[in-house]
Amino acid sequence: MKQSSQSHSLLIRNGHLIDPVARVDALMDVLLRDGQVVEVAPPNKIRGGADEKFDAKGLIVAPGFIDLHVHLREPGQSYKETIASGTAAAAAGGFTTVCCMPNTTPVLDSPEWVTWVRQPQRGAVVNVFPVASATQASKGAVLTDFRALQRAGAVAVTDDGKPILNETTMRDALRTSAEINFPIVQHAEDTRLTQNCSMHEGATSLRLGLRGMTDAAEAVIVDRDVQLAQQFTGARLHVAHLSTAEALKSVRRAKRNRARVTCEVTPHHFALSDSDVRDYDTNFKMNPPLRSAADREALLEALADGTVDAIASDHAPHAPHEKIVEFERASFGVTGLETALGLAVTVLHGRQKMPFARIVELFTAGPARVVDLRGRGTLLRGSHADVTIFDPKKRWTFDATKSRSKSHNTPFDEWQMTGKIVATIVSGRIVYRSG
Amino acid sequence: MSTITKTQAAVGRSAARGSILGIEGMPLSEIDRLLQLARKMNPLKPRPLLRGKRVLLLFYEPSTRTRASFEIAAKALGATTTLILSSGSSIEKGESLLDTAYTLRAVGADVIVVRHPNAGAPHLMARHLDIPVINAGDGMHEHPTQALLDAYTMLRHKKKLNSLQVAIVGDVYHSRVARSAIHLLSKVGARTTLCGPPELVPEIAATLAPGLRISRSCEEAVRGADVVMVLRVQRERLAGLKLSLPDYISRYQITMTRLRLAKNDAMLMHPGPIIRGLELTWDVADCPQSVIVEEVSNGVPLRMAVLARALGKG
Ligand SMILES: [Zn+2]
Repeated sequence: MKQSSQSHSLLIRNGHLIDPVARVDALMDVLLRDGQVVEVAPPNKIRGGADEKFDAKGLIVAPGFIDLHVHLREPGQSYKETIASGTAAAAAGGFTTVCCMPNTTPVLDSPEWVTWVRQPQRGAVVNVFPVASATQASKGAVLTDFRALQRAGAVAVTDDGKPILNETTMRDALRTSAEINFPIVQHAEDTRLTQNCSMHEGATSLRLGLRGMTDAAEAVIVDRDVQLAQQFTGARLHVAHLSTAEALKSVRRAKRNRARVTCEVTPHHFALSDSDVRDYDTNFKMNPPLRSAADREALLEALADGTVDAIASDHAPHAPHEKIVEFERASFGVTGLETALGLAVTVLHGRQKMPFARIVELFTAGPARVVDLRGRGTLLRGSHADVTIFDPKKRWTFDATKSRSKSHNTPFDEWQMTGKIVATIVSGRIVYRSG
Repeated sequence: MSTITKTQAAVGRSAARGSILGIEGMPLSEIDRLLQLARKMNPLKPRPLLRGKRVLLLFYEPSTRTRASFEIAAKALGATTTLILSSGSSIEKGESLLDTAYTLRAVGADVIVVRHPNAGAPHLMARHLDIPVINAGDGMHEHPTQALLDAYTMLRHKKKLNSLQVAIVGDVYHSRVARSAIHLLSKVGARTTLCGPPELVPEIAATLAPGLRISRSCEEAVRGADVVMVLRVQRERLAGLKLSLPDYISRYQITMTRLRLAKNDAMLMHPGPIIRGLELTWDVADCPQSVIVEEVSNGVPLRMAVLARALGKG
């Protein structure tokens, strides 16, 4: 193990540690040294000093949060976000690791661009693991070189923003996935059914005179992909931003069959539904769209019962000229890194009575398993010293204008929430501390 | 409903005072007031209520009757009008809706009347401008002045709106006229039946407003009606939905035989433009019960009332 130039240690004291992998849910002190967890013990049992101490009394100490689905917009779209600004927002939201999507300009479809994203010059303040493009330029036709992308540091492949629509292409992708143990992340949308649509198809879209996306557009792709994935033992399919009750049925069936199928759900999909799209506010426009109340209930149930593997923000920053326009012409997407935990605590714990241990799992061990982030998602001895500390009772109001993101396109501006990030620690160093 | 309370609306801004964006959000008292005011307006006896005011007509879609009607109404009140069409303007060069709106405000517009192919476009303008915006039709969403002029027309033939039985037949799904009419009729307490094939009148349309019914039988919908409102059906849309034209005509076209099922004094309405031989027959369009031409005439006093009210003169 390479020793960092200056040795550094940080002792987190008196906090309530929740580490689902270690099956710990108790008061514990955690000692970090030189980027690793070196000791976890009941309060005041860790001997010897530390360079820095953090008093976490009354706070929950968790493994560093991992966000599987973030659009950092670099290369090429730095007017929306940069790797530096996006990861600063991630740190403020408690995320120590983010997986960035490849729908940049150019698309992350080569080992060179994957390497570029990971270079220190990008100024990332948290760990960034690229998800590379599954097809060349994400055009859906020719698969990229999965092996080369994997070697360059990509943790999965996707054509996110668009689906891998062609059955043969998807089947070939899953075959390679099985061969090299590499997840295929699908943006499940049959775009043949969603042309010119700007929100979920239902009573609200009818009332607003907007063309609606049927829930079937998601379900048919998930259903197809689950069937294709089961043709190759070991193939790994991850359903991004799953939003419908129908699609959950396919994922449940796959999991019963022990297929390696995983899925993520966004905070906006579990906190809002299509009836919240009011007054053509484009901060409520994203893809997949806010779904029906029944879909939302199904997501809440699936988050609780273990069907859902991870909460992912689908942080999708856009500039004002792309959002302050006619609803049907506005770009899809909302920011979400800084509101994810607050929404999870407020909605999942506050209303659904979900235990904090499960919430932490959805932000840590769950996503770490989806893309095999070894030594992350837990604070077992020897793990990476990535830690998220939050106050589960703190009430606060989100102010979008104070966001670290370059863009402010959030539906949650001025929302009162419970549960606030207090400190974010990456490789043993505090990268965010609430003021 | 969301479980989280907001300290204030995320949208932040409300529409400029005097804006008329839709019937859905309009209180019944305001509807009554506009209808009463329209009765006092006479296009043949101009009143200089809006002398010196500038009415900007911003049309992103072709229009004959709505545009002419607003223009004549504005002039009858002494206002000047300027027409901006999307072709031949900076809109063609890619100027955004809001930048166009700011430009029109800067040249001295007192009110903007807008027709736009995107639902919610007038709402966006109204949130960012400090002058009233009048919706002259936004995508498939609403066409509030059409619903108001239809109510005005009904009141010229019927004593009250709240006892009326109304059949709306045709393409409800794509129709902004239908949405506005449905909200207005529901607010005044009329009993409305929507009629058409599921592709054009989806089951979920019953949730648009309280008191709505859906019927798949034209005969059933029209029987005993005080008002039969026929909506345009576009050939291209039937093609897109794989609904055969002969099938539509045989089941839903308003013919004299079907119209006779309505009350003897029933009114036959259509927002136009009509396509004879498709949603109605030639003779129905011109029958004594047809008020199709009168609707167009009534658009002028009604829009005089709307403009006067928007500018605080009514
Ligand atoms: Zn996506």
